[in-house]
Amino acid sequence: MSQSTMAIGRRERVSEHARTFVSRHASMMPTFAALLIFVLLLIGAQIHFGEFVTPRTLSALLLDNAYLVILAVGMTMVIVTGGIDLSVGSVMAFTGISCAALLDAGYPAVLVVPGIVVAGGLIGLLVGVLVQYFDVQPFIASLAGLFLGRGLAFVVSLKSIRVEDDAVLWLQTTRYRFGDWYITPTGILALVVALLGAFVMQYTRFGRTIYAVGGNEQSARLMGLAVARTKVLVYVISGLCGGLAGLVLTAYSGAGYPRNGIGTELDVIAAVVIGGTLLTGGTGYILGSVIGVLVYGTIKTVISYMGAEQSWTRIIVGLMLLSFIVVQRVIVVRAERRR
Amino acid sequence: MHTSTGDDQRFVVEMSAITIRFPGVLALDGVDLRLRPGEVHALLGENGAGKSTLIKALTGVYAIDEGTIVVAGEHRVFGSAADAQSAGISTVYQEINLCPNLSVGENVMLGHESRTVRGIDWRATHRAAAEHLASLGVTIDTQSMLGSHSIAVQQLVAISRAMVLDARVLILDEPTSSLDREEVDRLFAVVRGLRDRGVAILFVTHFLDQVYEISDRITVLRNGRLVGEYPAAELSRGDLVTKMIGRVLDDLEAISASAERSVDRSVTPVLRAESIGRRGVLDPADIDVYRGEVVGIAGLLGSGRTELVRLLYGADRADTGTVEINGERTKVTNPRRAIERRIAFSSENRRSEGIIADLTVGENIVLGIQARRGWLRRVRRAERDAVVAEYMSALGVRPADPDRIAGELSGGNQQKVLLARWLATAPELIILDEPTRGIDVGAKADIQAKVAELAEQGLSVIFISSELEEVLRLAQRVVVMRDRRKIGVLESATVDVDGVIDFMATHDMAAQGAAPAGPDGARSEGSVA
Repeated sequence: MSQSTMAIGRRERVSEHARTFVSRHASMMPTFAALLIFVLLLIGAQIHFGEFVTPRTLSALLLDNAYLVILAVGMTMVIVTGGIDLSVGSVMAFTGISCAALLDAGYPAVLVVPGIVVAGGLIGLLVGVLVQYFDVQPFIASLAGLFLGRGLAFVVSLKSIRVEDDAVLWLQTTRYRFGDWYITPTGILALVVALLGAFVMQYTRFGRTIYAVGGNEQSARLMGLAVARTKVLVYVISGLCGGLAGLVLTAYSGAGYPRNGIGTELDVIAAVVIGGTLLTGGTGYILGSVIGVLVYGTIKTVISYMGAEQSWTRIIVGLMLLSFIVVQRVIVVRAERRR
Repeated sequence: MHTSTGDDQRFVVEMSAITIRFPGVLALDGVDLRLRPGEVHALLGENGAGKSTLIKALTGVYAIDEGTIVVAGEHRVFGSAADAQSAGISTVYQEINLCPNLSVGENVMLGHESRTVRGIDWRATHRAAAEHLASLGVTIDTQSMLGSHSIAVQQLVAISRAMVLDARVLILDEPTSSLDREEVDRLFAVVRGLRDRGVAILFVTHFLDQVYEISDRITVLRNGRLVGEYPAAELSRGDLVTKMIGRVLDDLEAISASAERSVDRSVTPVLRAESIGRRGVLDPADIDVYRGEVVGIAGLLGSGRTELVRLLYGADRADTGTVEINGERTKVTNPRRAIERRIAFSSENRRSEGIIADLTVGENIVLGIQARRGWLRRVRRAERDAVVAEYMSALGVRPADPDRIAGELSGGNQQKVLLARWLATAPELIILDEPTRGIDVGAKADIQAKVAELAEQGLSVIFISSELEEVLRLAQRVVVMRDRRKIGVLESATVDVDGVIDFMATHDMAAQGAAPAGPDGARSEGSVA
């Protein structure tokens, strides 16, 4: 008798805890969903191919997608403010080809590398200033950034330029091994950028202002927060990430190529959304976006394992994106109705 | 300036001779406002009287052109909301200005979080937020999302935030407009607590009952000017309403005595609504309109006039009541259905819900017919031109050029274009919400004359206006509303403006106690100790 009441009490307490957890972390649910999808994908692929979840494939997953992870960090910040940055693919191409061209011309890597990252930041600054001070739609302002970046990339070179600089190639060729696992400096760089981004978003006033702006920009301003500075800065950060991604991609492919990253901005946005960031702003996590990139990369790997056309990646990612956006919309509508 | 004397200390805020100009408009003209510590001070006035402009001057949103602001004995010039906040002036706006996507605790503390070298210390931050909330008697999970709480709780969170900023002055801008009675009581308990702690509270509302319930002092504005400052206990409700509305002297007396025309009410009414209402918006009310009748709706802004007609038109959905159109029971669930049933509605928000400024006058007029026909059926060019010409001349739109861009017309002419749009749909009932607000006297007279003429020809009209003279001149019957309730119907032949004001002010209150309480929603709310 007393035992059964205790059991009921415990069950109630558990469901109470569960309810509190859900009410506190409702915004994390899409990210958990992404994590679940990632795990299911891996399990499915493992069953289908017999041998998929191996240290080699998983290590390669991070290596192949390091530049996407870096871009996703900046993109997440921009989208959480309620904006969008279409320029990142072009910025990556511009900084990548500049990197290769400058190294080719004999400039030392210690100058070139910071130089191209800052160049990416400058394009971001331009977009941010357009958005904040000239009141241009983020879509339009970053579209201008997209054309500017791509145009500059072609100005630098029309052809691919090989990189022979040891320091840059070191980023890609070095493998730190742990048994069958390995990680490259580019992978470490991507993880460090992601962790730094997550810390900024969660534990700094700048990061919290990003969320406040995305939640209600007018409110954030009336609360006395530094809205203008924050909005410009997220585009600068996204631009810096674009510059860094240019470096990583150049190291990865051993060359700079002005046609790199056409449409990459859309892949990044897809990964960010799959990772649980709402396009309406205000909700999203950097680590969710990293999972989003891993989901995207896994689908790509699975398709190539199957020997199918890579265009299937786009189709599957497209369908996934569609269902995620519908689910997000349902969540938002329900939240609005509750009020 | 000499050092502050005891006299300066009597007022925590002293705004003197504040003047603010907008292009072409004198929004505030030499207005004074003085707030004492530990008082609740109501700021009242009709729409456009300058209340929100005055508040925005005090909170640093607008720059003042002339006048001075002295806070606690010091001259201040505010450049931004942050400036005013650091001077101890905090505002809780009607639409809650918090972030629904963040936790309650974070909303209280945002910008003032506890920090260590390792970034924000969330545990300490939530603890501090909980303390601030508890000091207002609110205990809720500070880690829950703000958006999951009711508006009432969010408002208390906003007030807690103001307390984090150590506010000496708390401005509450229409805080009660979306609260039910219980929630208002709870808010007022918090407000009284703050008052007793010496905070000066500036309270803006349209609900006169609440003004008398909580205010110590009242400042009335009208047309951007100060009418006066009065102790609440010494100002009767009737005097207050008169001071707010003023007596509009105008030369409109020549309009035909539409009000005295008799209307046949033995037949089936064009529209009959019984106990139509919506929780938190409008208590259930009855209204009927007969053929050829003008029914006026009188009441202060926020009394529920617009809410009532929006329910009739289906712009908002009623959750109680029934509607009959020409004796036939029907459900008007959206404006399309209303247009099909030949009801037209001209909104009070001429610019945002009426005129499409980028289209031409002719295109604006044709929109109404097009909407009634459905989007696929084309309105032929010749037909279109004929309709446009007919209604433009009937209403005297100036300039008489159908290809003129509508946005370039004056307010009065835009209103005529809107009227033309709806009349072109051949409605049986037209609802006009503040059709004469903000337009010049000539256009006003034109529109009134047109309404009287159309009604005489058999059109039924519901006419809303803040100007009681206008309502009484046009309408045969006047529905009087207050505090989101219909409080009665007057035959306009038997009453004058003062009679309506008296009725509005004094007709009590028996009805209030009996008003049905809405069902409790399933909102999550914190408890108040």
